[in-house]
Amino acid sequence: MSGPAAPSACPACVAAPAARDRAGAGEIGGNIILSLPTAHCAACISAVERRLEQEPGVRAARVNLTLRRVTIDAEETLSPAHLVNVLAGIGYEAHELDSTTLAATETDRRGRDLLMRLAVAGFAMMNVMMLSVAVWSGASDTTRDLFHWVSAFVAVPAVIFAARPFFDNAWSALRVRRLNMDVPISLAIILATVMSLYETSLGGKHAYFDAALSLTFFLLAGRYLDYRTRSVARSAAEELAALEVPRALLESGESVAVADLRPGDRVRVLPGTRVPVDGEVEEGESELDRSLLTGESLPVAVGPGQRLNAGEMNLTGPLVLRVQAAGEDSSLRRMAELVALAETSRNRYTSLADRAAAVYAPLVHLLALFAFAGWYAATGDIRLSVNIAVAVLIITCPCALGLAVPAVTTAASGRLFRAGMLIKSPTALERLAEADTVVFDKTGTLTLGQPEPVGIEEHRRTDLAVARALAEGSGHPLSQALCGAIRAAGIAPAALDEIREVPGHGVEAVWQGRRVRLGRADWVGAAPAGGTAAYLAIDGQAPVIFAFSDRLRPGAAALVQGLKRRGLDVILLSGDAPAAVADVAVRTGIEAWEAEMLPADKAARIAMLAKSGRRVLMVGDGLNDTAALASAHVSISPASALEAARVVSDIVLLGASLEPVEEALATARAATRRIKENFTIAALYNMIAVPVALAGLATPLAAALAMSGSSIMVSLNALRLVRR
Amino acid sequence: MNVLVILIPVSLLLGAGGLAAFFWALRNRQFEDPEGDARRILTRDYDERPKAPRE
Repeated sequence: MSGPAAPSACPACVAAPAARDRAGAGEIGGNIILSLPTAHCAACISAVERRLEQEPGVRAARVNLTLRRVTIDAEETLSPAHLVNVLAGIGYEAHELDSTTLAATETDRRGRDLLMRLAVAGFAMMNVMMLSVAVWSGASDTTRDLFHWVSAFVAVPAVIFAARPFFDNAWSALRVRRLNMDVPISLAIILATVMSLYETSLGGKHAYFDAALSLTFFLLAGRYLDYRTRSVARSAAEELAALEVPRALLESGESVAVADLRPGDRVRVLPGTRVPVDGEVEEGESELDRSLLTGESLPVAVGPGQRLNAGEMNLTGPLVLRVQAAGEDSSLRRMAELVALAETSRNRYTSLADRAAAVYAPLVHLLALFAFAGWYAATGDIRLSVNIAVAVLIITCPCALGLAVPAVTTAASGRLFRAGMLIKSPTALERLAEADTVVFDKTGTLTLGQPEPVGIEEHRRTDLAVARALAEGSGHPLSQALCGAIRAAGIAPAALDEIREVPGHGVEAVWQGRRVRLGRADWVGAAPAGGTAAYLAIDGQAPVIFAFSDRLRPGAAALVQGLKRRGLDVILLSGDAPAAVADVAVRTGIEAWEAEMLPADKAARIAMLAKSGRRVLMVGDGLNDTAALASAHVSISPASALEAARVVSDIVLLGASLEPVEEALATARAATRRIKENFTIAALYNMIAVPVALAGLATPLAAALAMSGSSIMVSLNALRLVRR
Repeated sequence: MNVLVILIPVSLLLGAGGLAAFFWALRNRQFEDPEGDARRILTRDYDERPKAPRE
């Protein structure tokens, strides 16, 4: 039935060897996958594909715009880094995604599997429903029996195939003696089918094949929605994670994976790169940006003999490092252990759906049992009693409940995705809605972690011209910020000779026969001022001080105001010096702040808040925040955060602005309200339907109407979230 | 009622045909990139036929 594709029904067999068939349909069995975050239109597709296919060694390239990826089938010798450069040449940002290839096909397979079962259930449901309508409208005797048999012929295999995911889940829950939503679902589907088969064989009046199938169909639709929402978020999160491939440069110039380093190896750390491992500086002088690890915003000077931690950013000079700890006992590893500890405490959260199921499942089973016992005691007719008990099970089967949560989370996640947020955890929205305290990190979260010169216009034009020319000679972040600000003020650089950068100190040159220096206070011979600053010394002149302040992330102040208006407590916890923290606290309007906190302090502070009954939303980006992010009730990190921080947070902000956080909060609250409304709708419907079923008045027609009616109402209620 | 003997199998077969077509589409990854496919019709690149299989 599937033409050239493999004849097997197993999706796994289809995924692997059929590369040639797929190429015919435009799919490529590629060996390189690049992420293309900026591709967005038809022109992008053809530009990228055409350019890549011109490249020698590339056999084929196919852009997937849904996932923002390009799959490339290339010769073994071609390196992904080369193709990234090729794409950069035509203006497309691209990143290598090798480690996630396997995971991506894995998730695709699950999605296709669900979709296939959904299609089977839909096909069978429609055909059986067609026959059922004939029965409901009065077919009798042999015709009815024939219709029932045809229905059985279609329904039994369809149920066995399509409802497998529910049976599997129910069985795995029962095996550990727990009840989940899938237990009543499976029981209702199985009992409805078996009882209908039995009734058909006796020429009975009522058969529930259509009910069994529509239950399966609606519930599978819920499952698929749920899966889709999460897989979009997951693949995007995987892309973020895969952007950083941890490699280190050996002194010999060879590039090796960090995992292969041994203590005693000598590693070169170039300016502008991160320190890959813990180690001691052997050669070179430089400045380090430690903000991701400790939250300090001021660069720290380092020289031989000093200890460095993995994750710090080297700013000015090349360093040679002797590896002290790799793997097990590195500081990164210790941080990871702290996170793992915190994670286990959060896994105890049970979702609204699970809580509802824990109440609902036993209740339903008791009701059915009660119906059976009651009718048997009253009439002594086993067949009638079983019939009624099954009708009760079908009517109470949590069809609307099964859709209640996924329909809402799909709508809400879609809405937040468009606003620039990825929801990584399925229960993130519920937990976010409960948050009553918000804890922010400072560096990189409330601020951009990028210094910005203040009061440029107060300096003399000649000083600025010299400063710009000097700053252009350095890659230090302060130099670049200064250079950018002076350029923006419209001042041309002065003409300098003999420009040279002194790693760890600054830049030096000769201007009109005079020596000029831009750099650290002690090096240019100036008295250090408080806060972040760069110093310019021109021979025969008093030193000039350029003060910097960390720029606030766009939307930070507005967000804090918005959160306060909503009645949430806002707290700022930072590892930075008190002066810098106080400054940001004032600018954003946060009253409660604490400075100089170690990673463990932050986590402990959050645990303390949790103990006093607070539900904490943590927003942070650094390695020093990961433990706090993991131990908070719910957590958000910006896309610029370290990989570890993004992995442990529930929601990732894709844009630079913090503003969407408030929208996330509003949407989460609305979503939780909708979920609860949906539960209420389902409960109301049961309150009406259950007595009818208990009284033995439920017919297959009534069951079908009630079931579709409640499912549609629940879905429509969820859709209200999309607009608004 | 004899017409049912023809009509019921016919309706089932038609439905099964639709199901088979859906399976074929799914297996051939027609649903892999809905957004990209929607845009591709706007380019001139593949108007005549899908790209030749690599060989």
